[in-house]
Amino acid sequence: MHSDRASLKLKIAAAAGLLFLHLPILLIFVYAFTTEEKSFQWPPPGYTLKWFAATWDRPDVWEAMGLSLKVAAISTLLAMILGTLCAAAVSRTKFFGRESISLLVILPIALPGVVTGIALRSAFSIAEVPFSTWTIVLGHATFCVVIVYNNAVARFRRTSGSLIEASMDLGANLFQTLRYVILPNIATALVVGGMLAFALSFDEVIVTTFTAGQQQTLPIWMLEELVRPRERPVTNVVAMVVVLVTLLPILGAYYLTRGTEAVAGQGK
Amino acid sequence: MTMVQTTPSAQAAPSEGVLTRISDTLWRRPTLLLLILLTPPALWLGIIYLGSLFALLLQSFFSIDHFTGLINHEFTLATYAELFTPANFDIIRRTVGMAALVTVASAVIAFPIAYYAARYAKGAWRALFYLGIMMPLWSSYLVKVYAWKLILAKEGILTWIFEGLHLTWLLDAYLALPVIGGNSLSVSPTGTFLVFVYVWLPYMVLPIQAALERVPTSMLEASGDLGAKPAQTFRHVLLPLALPGVIAGSIFTFSLTLGDYIIPQIIGTSRLFIGQAVYQHQGIAGNIPLAAAFAVVPIVIMGVYLWTAKRMGAFDAL
Amino acid sequence: MPAVSFDHVSRHFGAVKAVDDVILDIAEGEFFAMLGPSGSGKTTCLRLIAGFERPTGGDIRIFGEPVADLPPYKRQVNTVFQDYALFPHLNVRDNVAYGLMIAGRGKRERHAEAEAALEMVRLGGYGSRKPSELSGGQRQRVALARALVNKPRVLLLDEPLGALDLKLREQMQEELKTLQRQLGITFVFVTHDQGEALSMADRVAVFNEGKIIQVGSPEDIYFRPEVPFVADFVGSSNVLPEALVARLTGETCPAAIRPERLRLASEGPLKARVTGLSFLGLSTRVSFEAEGTRLTALLPQDVARPREGDEVALSWAAEDLHLMRAGQRAGA
Repeated sequence: MHSDRASLKLKIAAAAGLLFLHLPILLIFVYAFTTEEKSFQWPPPGYTLKWFAATWDRPDVWEAMGLSLKVAAISTLLAMILGTLCAAAVSRTKFFGRESISLLVILPIALPGVVTGIALRSAFSIAEVPFSTWTIVLGHATFCVVIVYNNAVARFRRTSGSLIEASMDLGANLFQTLRYVILPNIATALVVGGMLAFALSFDEVIVTTFTAGQQQTLPIWMLEELVRPRERPVTNVVAMVVVLVTLLPILGAYYLTRGTEAVAGQGK
Repeated sequence: MTMVQTTPSAQAAPSEGVLTRISDTLWRRPTLLLLILLTPPALWLGIIYLGSLFALLLQSFFSIDHFTGLINHEFTLATYAELFTPANFDIIRRTVGMAALVTVASAVIAFPIAYYAARYAKGAWRALFYLGIMMPLWSSYLVKVYAWKLILAKEGILTWIFEGLHLTWLLDAYLALPVIGGNSLSVSPTGTFLVFVYVWLPYMVLPIQAALERVPTSMLEASGDLGAKPAQTFRHVLLPLALPGVIAGSIFTFSLTLGDYIIPQIIGTSRLFIGQAVYQHQGIAGNIPLAAAFAVVPIVIMGVYLWTAKRMGAFDAL
Repeated sequence: MPAVSFDHVSRHFGAVKAVDDVILDIAEGEFFAMLGPSGSGKTTCLRLIAGFERPTGGDIRIFGEPVADLPPYKRQVNTVFQDYALFPHLNVRDNVAYGLMIAGRGKRERHAEAEAALEMVRLGGYGSRKPSELSGGQRQRVALARALVNKPRVLLLDEPLGALDLKLREQMQEELKTLQRQLGITFVFVTHDQGEALSMADRVAVFNEGKIIQVGSPEDIYFRPEVPFVADFVGSSNVLPEALVARLTGETCPAAIRPERLRLASEGPLKARVTGLSFLGLSTRVSFEAEGTRLTALLPQDVARPREGDEVALSWAAEDLHLMRAGQRAGA
């Protein structure tokens, strides 16, 4: 009785919590169509599609979007390489200092973003590194490593260690083993890690404000609009597009991990 | 060993290629393989990241000459002493207080969601719950803040709802309260608090859910079997077992609130939080040493917090 | 020339001596079992032959060739793993054909050979299934086919039957033995189950604490244990301590006597008190305590059974008391 049915109170509390999480985001979708330009008036006095066209014609939005995509793509690639190497080292062998490596990887997201941001900023100024796409990438790749690392470590842990030995036993050298056994077995975990890292980088604003200089990524563009609004309806549309763009990799990652869970479940 | 020497043997025996030789070497020296795997990430994180953190720490022991605005590169604790001036200490106290409140509120709201998801949601509902928590977690941070700017605005949906319910007087009375009130919700500390709770809530739900999922149903049945009422089972069995999850979640909500400077900048009063102080001192004021010292505050607080949490065994639920 | 030879081989992990100064020759075509409790070094020995571990001392040869510098993929041995280690992303056919694929054989050829190997382990037609769709026994046979298809000169089996239930295990024991006779390949088989080792192997090596304690035929190991550990581990023999043996026979070494060879008598050299009885069907197991030593006897059902607490005398035929002179140093 106790374990079969949830009480009404619990149901209401859980549902209210979920609504609290989702309603604000849905609100963004309504505001993208409002005819009101100057304020955040609710309910919207009327609905229009014209702001989509207006946003489409804004070169600054496109530039910011382009920079964000570029930074996210490069950071994700770097994070995938570094995170996978690290995961392979940590999960395949026992060595002195293994714990410190895990800690080192987790530190960039465990510490507040503002700390990572100002640390990088002051390092750039000491080393006299001028701001560029690469300074942004440097910061993003650093905190994206942990996302890939976590996914890869979990998968390595679930993959039987004897698979690699079996492959070598059957005549495959290290590189053949990597190609025919290791990569196919960790591929989905890497893709998932990469997708999440991409979403994280695409959305990051706190560290970026310290490492971007005068450049504008899409989140920085939005931040500017939030602090000093210029054309509110355009911001509304961009906000809606950003929600949709970050949603895709998340749903993709979910779909892929759900698939592997099902496979792992069959094995039992 | 030059390339010229390896080529003929590779032709003589195609299976004995360069890759096989490298592979042989790595098999004979497993440490070399480990070194190759570890060097790139260790270099990246060790030099770029730890180096930067170290540079930051170093800067906090310098001071700024208030007349020339130049940094005085001599070791001093004067910058840290500055943290304890009333104005600066107020910032720290406000931020830590907010982080604590946000953490408590998140735990209270998150618990039913996590509990339901862990114990009752089955099949398709379970997937829906999972996505229902993951999607807000991964949705754009700025968009979420923006959404609340829309909600809390004077002409926004919340005011409209209060009007519709003929409760405008209640909202006005609340806003008239000292400390927590303000001109409108979007410029009140209450607004800042609401947005913090909203943005970090999923970080609290997931660890609690993970902890609760590990509680076997039979344990709850055993408690019921031994005569405990549901409320007693909850208090004496479920809550202690969920505690590591709550602590793990609180690490996120606490740390994230401590370091955030965007939310209080957009929603709330003009009074500063630690993150804003860091940003302003390094940017407009150019007082990097004080900014660095401010940045060390969340590191120290989180260090103490993590150490305590570790002793309570919270990391198993991460 | 022995198929595998160990010359003073050690494998130390820091202070832990997993394998310590092992000397061993395994003959070609032999079904050889390595028997011992967990952590006794038998699996490490197998891994040393396969090349997953490297010795910290000594010399291993496979068919006379030193293998110190040969990685696993260059050794003419194949392994059946304890957890089978089937590649989860490949179907059964591609699993079995993996070694042939690496060796560069054409697709059609390797598929035909894989199919033949699957027929041999009575899994013809299962090629397109995924390992996750097979039962434990079927996976075990796929692992066997995957190793044998490469025509190894030595086949290593690491507790291959450990994960199977009793009935399946007995069936597989028969099949493995038949297969080994047919193929004539050297089998090296690691197990902690003495029954399995004794019933399948031509020769058995008993391991303890990284060392080989005794090597011999199953009969040697069972009836003529050289040290108390073997007597105790292999067949729950009664071990009589040195002092007792000295009083009974005048020899200064421990001795073993099998439970089925102990007899109850009105007069006998050893007085004992009955501490327990259990009915086993064909016989009754009786526990005794005699001069501080616990003993067990298996009595046929036609013999009068004592009762718990009875004071009795035990006797035996002189040739059944097996003196363990090699165990002198080790004591009881």
